[in-house]
Amino acid sequence: MESFTPIASSIGGLLIGIAAAGLLLFHGRIAGISGIAGGVFRRVPGDTSWRVMFLLGLLAAGFGWSYFFPQDYLVGISRSTPALVIAGLTVGIGTQIGGGCTSGHGVCGIGRLSKRSTVATISFMATAALTVFGANEVFGGAV
Amino acid sequence: MKVKVGAFLGGLVFGIGLAVAGMTQPAKIIGFFDFFGNYDPSLAFVMGGAILVYAPVYRWAVRTWQRPIWAPAFSLPTRKDIDARLVMGSAIFGVGWGLGGYCPGPALTSVGAGSQEAFTFGAAMLVGVGGYQLFVRLRESRTGGPADAQAAAMIDG
Repeated sequence: MESFTPIASSIGGLLIGIAAAGLLLFHGRIAGISGIAGGVFRRVPGDTSWRVMFLLGLLAAGFGWSYFFPQDYLVGISRSTPALVIAGLTVGIGTQIGGGCTSGHGVCGIGRLSKRSTVATISFMATAALTVFGANEVFGGAV
Repeated sequence: MKVKVGAFLGGLVFGIGLAVAGMTQPAKIIGFFDFFGNYDPSLAFVMGGAILVYAPVYRWAVRTWQRPIWAPAFSLPTRKDIDARLVMGSAIFGVGWGLGGYCPGPALTSVGAGSQEAFTFGAAMLVGVGGYQLFVRLRESRTGGPADAQAAAMIDG
């Protein structure tokens, strides 16, 4: 458990909760990143600019924060380009079919006491655990 | 204007929260699911901290607010049924999450940080997101589709 960061992770979690609460109170929206990104491609009139601005804020956070704390963006695991491409594709398609990701289902959905989101979270946590088991125990951690 | 600036600030705080929480380091995600190695429970503290703030605010807002500050109405998920798409789609997402160590938020903010791995993952992810949504739009235009495209795009989050 040498890499366990309970205090920093709790503080980061509170910040995520504050951002999600702000988007609800001001915009009336669920802060689900996959849903916000997916909606950009649906091009509903008047429903695109806030999505793009939120995603730009997310990019800007990485750009600015990494200038002072580049170590916060270290990958720390061994992943080949094909593995990253397959992972990205499955995350992109899976979140659109399943209607949400860690933020939309895992944080906002469970925060809303939604049964659907709780089931979704159990589902993606279970397959993530199985995949990590396979990558670590079968392929020795490098895929 | 304020709506756009507000959304930008929301993304900014969200992204900083992800970095502070350690969620932009795929090793910490893998560590959460690695029950047979060097276990790292941090992800549970991130989700717990976020839900601790969000749950009471949500409960208060939907009970006592007529509408959000900058919009005419709340846009909230309405579906309650558990269907195969929810379970299977989420299962597919989990495979990619466990394989790459990134979920959508951390991937995008790490692209902003200039991470090569996040860029590869993020480009493929956007192809998946965009490709799926374009496929849905094509099918809807062929069949007449749902009138409320916005609701279809935002089923849960």
